[in-house]
Amino acid sequence: MTGRESAEGGQKPLLSLRNINMTFGGVKALKAVSFDVLPGEVHCLAGENGSGKSTLIKIITGVYRPQDGAVIDYDGQTYSHMSPVTAQNSGIQVIWQDLALFPEMSVAENIAFQTLLGRWPRFVNYNSMREKAIKALARLGVTLDVDRPLKDYAIAQRQIVAIARALVGEAKLVFMDEPTASLTQSETDHLLDIVRTLSASGVAVVFVSHRLAEVLEISSRLTVLRDGALVGVYPTAGMTQSRITELMTGKTFDQTVRARNVDANPVVLEVEGLSRPGQFEDISFAVRRGETLGITGLLGAGRTELALSLFGMLKPRSGTVKLQGKLVQFSSNRDAIAAGIAYLSEDRLSLGLIQPQSIADNLVIASLDRIKDGGLLSDVRKQELVARWIADLGVKIGQQGDAISTLSGGNQQRVAIAKWLATDPKLLILDAPTVGVDVGARAGIFDIVAKLADSGLAIILISDEVPEVYFNADRVLHMAQGRIVNQFTPSDCALRDIEAAVYA
Amino acid sequence: MTAIVNRTRAFLGPEMAGPGFALLAVLIVFSLASPQFFSRATFGSVAFQLPELGLLTLAMLLPVLTGGLNLAITFTANIAGLTVAWVLQQNGGADAGPFAFLLGSVLGIGVGALSGVVMGLVIAYTRAHPILVSLSMMIFLRGLGEFLTRGGDVSGFPAFLQPLGHGSIFGFPVPLLVFIGCVLIWHLLLTRMKLGFNTYMIGSNIEAARYSGVNTRKVLVLVYTLSGAMCAVAGIIMLARFNSVRVGHGESYLLITVLACFLGGVNPFGGFGRVIPVFVALVVLQLLSSGLNILGANQHLATAVWGILLITVMILRFAAGHFKFLKRKKG
Repeated sequence: MTGRESAEGGQKPLLSLRNINMTFGGVKALKAVSFDVLPGEVHCLAGENGSGKSTLIKIITGVYRPQDGAVIDYDGQTYSHMSPVTAQNSGIQVIWQDLALFPEMSVAENIAFQTLLGRWPRFVNYNSMREKAIKALARLGVTLDVDRPLKDYAIAQRQIVAIARALVGEAKLVFMDEPTASLTQSETDHLLDIVRTLSASGVAVVFVSHRLAEVLEISSRLTVLRDGALVGVYPTAGMTQSRITELMTGKTFDQTVRARNVDANPVVLEVEGLSRPGQFEDISFAVRRGETLGITGLLGAGRTELALSLFGMLKPRSGTVKLQGKLVQFSSNRDAIAAGIAYLSEDRLSLGLIQPQSIADNLVIASLDRIKDGGLLSDVRKQELVARWIADLGVKIGQQGDAISTLSGGNQQRVAIAKWLATDPKLLILDAPTVGVDVGARAGIFDIVAKLADSGLAIILISDEVPEVYFNADRVLHMAQGRIVNQFTPSDCALRDIEAAVYA
Repeated sequence: MTAIVNRTRAFLGPEMAGPGFALLAVLIVFSLASPQFFSRATFGSVAFQLPELGLLTLAMLLPVLTGGLNLAITFTANIAGLTVAWVLQQNGGADAGPFAFLLGSVLGIGVGALSGVVMGLVIAYTRAHPILVSLSMMIFLRGLGEFLTRGGDVSGFPAFLQPLGHGSIFGFPVPLLVFIGCVLIWHLLLTRMKLGFNTYMIGSNIEAARYSGVNTRKVLVLVYTLSGAMCAVAGIIMLARFNSVRVGHGESYLLITVLACFLGGVNPFGGFGRVIPVFVALVVLQLLSSGLNILGANQHLATAVWGILLITVMILRFAAGHFKFLKRKKG
């Protein structure tokens, strides 16, 4: 390991952690971890789920107390542990992924309410709240109507409100947990600009993100954790995405282009001039047996709407869809499923799987007719079906009756794929199948996709991560503003050709 | 042997712990407190009183499992009972024949189901909250019923209805047999039928269920329809037990049915809950009130004790959950 634990260039760190140990129920969540943040730097904290990133943040913000022997130096003071109050009062702020805002309250109230807490007299001064909110937003170079309720604003603006709230609290050190997870590319760019503004004004930002491209773009240093231990601290300059992945997982991934020529195979799906005004226009393409067709483009390009139209959940205004040569029109997704189309939702948490319910029930929900015995559902048949798919797709589970939410992202996604395979589809649409799946587990998902394609299934693979479609699809369509603007064949082009077109 | 234990456990489910424990506690406490508790009389009174509350609880259970509620159950039962009474009166009142009763029952169940269909359609298509929809239906049915009966009783039914309310077959009260039959039907529906499966799924996440190809509107309409039909069965049993129909009969049961569901381990937000534990919870509530009665306590006190029991169960559940959490944390 080439880890360097000392701060760069002799500059005194704003925050310096030494010998942080943490144990939950016999499992060591953090093992003698050190961590430094310099004043005003953008620092990235990288690691797979369960590597200890959140635990570390919670120790710094005083939510957890580390085991004895820990040393926390922050802003000239030494602590053996933090408390939430000290952390907040000394300028440490966290913007959690769920933002923890109040949608019904105004922007000003959301930004400035914390400054009111514990003040005497206990009256609310709306004018001073508005002023503080406007000032905080101005520091970020943003103007929002501070009197409007927050729910009127999209997620990207809410994120900015959360950052402004941190600034009102006189932040010196801001943690951002997966801040770009639900933003489009242009919103992400805007957020990154704001992070640069913050950093230039002397606020240190610690960025936690799964998206390695952003990590490389925004941060100057990178701390990598794996299984609760420090792998090392690296300057971002000269890093590559694949190198970070290796550091995070401890494995090397040789990505090769999988594209094959399947022109000889019969066409499964043929779409001709499909339009739904405002969402997608004049879409024409075909998918063949055994083919993986990649569709990429920025969020908001109309990819998901197109997929939902093929799946019968949205009605196209004009155009035709042919499945195995026959014209089809679906009045609901039940028709589409019966005809052999399956759709894996991009939102696994709230649309793809029913989180509180069991693994088994989630797996059989779309194919109940297959577990009937004499007209009634049979537990025995259900268990057999589930056991078969669990084995086929290599899902790691405890009991079939455990809630699906107890599984990791990768294993959940395998169950979601199994749910659709159990309906015996001819066409499988995978919409962002690796969202919330660890880097290490993504390869496993794509191995399954490749096997399915080899077995003759037609697959549409939708992703806004260009490398995913480049390495795993036979052909790539690029959608922008509801239209197909380019088509690429990965075997005859380079990854950067597609990236240049998509991010242009 | 373990197979039998496992099968029994699967049949009863994890929700059984609470009501099972309560049942044991009630049996032990009352048998110690009163030697007359273990008598035919106690169990006779339980067996005759259980079905009314029980059938209404079954009607409440399905909507609760979908994350909803049916506040119209008692008045749906009354209106269904009125339908039967009307058919009987049209066919000679006390001289009406069995066929008139049969026709009345079919019509009554139809009327109950109709109230459910209307609620189900409104809930499924407008996404209005089930509390508001069923509250509106409840007010409508109450007003309609009071208008039709002018607030009085309707009585004078043929003698052959007596056994349905008070008779026994091989020592088992007829209403109890009807109730147990309905419990078994509900159990079969929820464990072995697509509608039951989808009811649970919708209760946990209706949108995710829709994305998985579940016809969520159809399921909601059917759930409220079955709930309405079950109310009608309760209404017919009440007609036979009281030998009269009055709008407002059984009104006090409304909220007790919700609590009986929760005592039976049903998740108040939907998605989880089984029929058998709910059945046991009902038995507990009835034993409690009959037991207090034997001890000479006031009937109203019994109701108060129900409230205490339910609050205790909530606290114990919280404590049990907390205990599990602590145990996990310590490893």
